[in-house]
Order: sequence, then C-alpha cells, then structure tokens
Amino acid sequence: MRADDILEAIGDTPLVGIQRLSPKPSVRLWAKLEGQNPTGSLKDRIARAMIERAEADGELSPDRIVLEPTSGNTGIALALVARRKGYRLMVVMPDNASEERVRLLELYGAEIVFSPGDLGTNGAIDVARRMAEDARYFVPFQYGNPANPDAHYRGTGAEIVRDLPEVTHFVAGLGTGGTLMGVGRRLREHNPDVQVIAAEPELGELVYGLRSLDEGFVPPIFDEAVLDRKFLVGADDALRATRDLAEREGVFAGLSSGAVLHAARRVAESLEHGDVVCLLADGGWKYLSTEAWTADIDDAAKRVGETLWW
Amino acid sequence: MSVQVRLPTIMRSATAGEATVRGDGGTLREVLDDLESRYPGLTRSVVTEDGGLHRFVNVYVNQEDVRYLGALETELTDGDVVSILPAVAGG
Repeated sequence: MRADDILEAIGDTPLVGIQRLSPKPSVRLWAKLEGQNPTGSLKDRIARAMIERAEADGELSPDRIVLEPTSGNTGIALALVARRKGYRLMVVMPDNASEERVRLLELYGAEIVFSPGDLGTNGAIDVARRMAEDARYFVPFQYGNPANPDAHYRGTGAEIVRDLPEVTHFVAGLGTGGTLMGVGRRLREHNPDVQVIAAEPELGELVYGLRSLDEGFVPPIFDEAVLDRKFLVGADDALRATRDLAEREGVFAGLSSGAVLHAARRVAESLEHGDVVCLLADGGWKYLSTEAWTADIDDAAKRVGETLWW
Repeated sequence: MSVQVRLPTIMRSATAGEATVRGDGGTLREVLDDLESRYPGLTRSVVTEDGGLHRFVNVYVNQEDVRYLGALETELTDGDVVSILPAVAGG
C-alpha cells in the first residue's frame, strides 16, 4: 500500500480471524484492527472526515482554533490532522487519562485543558461547551457531527462488506455511537438481517459517583433503533478478554476491544452459525502504564477501573 | 421472584447507603414498584411520570440493556441482577 501523505494512509484496516477465541467452530469470529491506523485508533477516520467536511463547508479557517472534548483517541487523531494541515488544536480531556495520551497529544503539538476526572468524558464535554462560547473556537463535536458516522458508513462499513460479505453480526464499543451507527447502517443495506451489538463499559464508582441520573448524556448522533442488543461489560471481564486476545491470538489491543470481544463471545454462545465482526478500536500501547497485561488480574482490574479506559 | 438491584452512588441516599438491595416482582416494572414502596423516592429519576424509562438512565438485567429486551416489562427470574447507571459517553 502506497500513500502520498499520512492522511491518505487512514483506513483500509485488516480484518483478521480470531477463531481460537470463538466458543464454537461453527461461529467464526473476526477482528477489525483499527489500531493499524496512523495514530493507532479508529478515530483517525472521523478526525480527517470532520476537519475536511468543515473545510469544505467554509466553517473552518486558519484563524480559528480547533477545540474538542475527548477521552483521548479523538484528540490524538485530531492532533495529527491539525498538525498536517496547520491548525492550532486544544483538547479537553479528563485528568485521569493515561500518561501515554498526554504524551501523544504533546508530541503533535496539541494544547491540553484538563477537566475533572471524576466527571469522566461528560465533564470534558461541559468544559468544552463553556469555552466554545468564544467564537474563535471551532468545535468538531464528534458526539453530534454527522461526519463521524458518515466516515464509518463510507469507510469501515464498506470495508467489512468488501472483505466479509457473509457477515451476520457486528459488535463495537459505544462511545459516541458513530461506529455503531455508520457501520450498522452500511451493513444493513448489504443485508437487513445483520445484527448490530454494542458493548458499554461499566466504569468505576468514581466516574459515576458525583453525577445525578438527570445528568446522563446521550450523544445526538446516537439512534437507539440501529442497535439490536447492548451489553454492559465490567473492567475485569474486559481485561480478561484483552489478555486472551494477546495470549491466544497475538492481537495487542486496547481495553475497549476486550469489552467488545467479551460481548461478542456472549452473543456467539447462543448462535449455531455466524460470522461475527469485532471492531477493535485501538492498539494496546496507550494502556501499558496500567499494567493491564502484567499485574495480578485482580489488581490490574482494580487499577483499570479507576482510570479512564473508554 | 427475588432479584438483586445494584444502585449507583447517587441513589443510595434513599437506601441508607446500601449499594445493592433485594427486589421482588416478575417484571422490571414490578421490581421498581416494590422498591419505590419500600424506599420512597428511589425510582423517581429512573421511571418517568408517564411510566417510561428515563432517557438518560440505563437499566441492565444480567448486564444486558433492557431497552433491547422488554424495557420495563422485561421478565425477571430468581437470582437475576439488575443494574441502574447513568448514560455516559466515550471517545
């Protein structure tokens, strides 16, 4: 594969069999390796799409500052796109994000505004909304930007149809809903019977702790009708599955990928036949400091539960 | 039917700090009604005034979101675990 520019190297990620992790031979499990993107996550796809859409619409000009709330991956992806295209970028991120995320953002020249970690990504969204009252800022806002699901409709979803036309199930993590909406709609056009399944993190008490139930956040781009099922996955189950990926298939992926695999195996157990695609959103690099692969599993699960792993 | 209901921190003021309480009923709605009768005000932020599920709250039975099962009419069996959590974003 040859590209004129790093931004042209985004997408077209490998779809690899992970059959050793399937509960039965008649159900085939596949992993879409989004960690193979230039900054190591699926967010490269939407970062490029959101910026290029805003450029085309005339919304984004060189005098504006790009501002985005994120738990990390979208910020890092935007940092690459902003660096390449010459924009100034500010990222609002919870202060319990891993050290690796901070280093990667700094490496690409992004400025970081920290929001309270105990308020999670919802807290980062609140801070960015207040800052955005200043018209100098351009906020792509991945939670409400149609270019987010559209990048997955045109890219990720189309690639899966091309590589595995027999796909029966698609499982991905729910963060903004962009992946599930975009890929889900594309796969349903190909085959209306495809099942679309979400995995959600069961975050630590700290993240939920101070929030009242009225303060929950549902991203504007999320349409619950696109999903068939949704599972809550705890840090311990996500961690075990993340380790299984590395130990049994040699796939080094992040913790949300473990949550996706956990949900996929739960679905696979009740199937007779099927081709289940697991969307592995990022590689494991940014989680090394959590000792997810090395510490005693209970200690590691506890530590992961206290950090921002989604 | 007797089930376990796991509550987020914010709801525990109504249960004297208990994180997990027992609930009785054959459906999720019956269990929430049972809890409301024993812990007045507990389910106010879960069930809307017209008897639906609040948009910003997720309820799971054995880790599966009830919106994709039977919502408040989801049937429960002995030993099921119900979890109530605020909706959170990622990305």
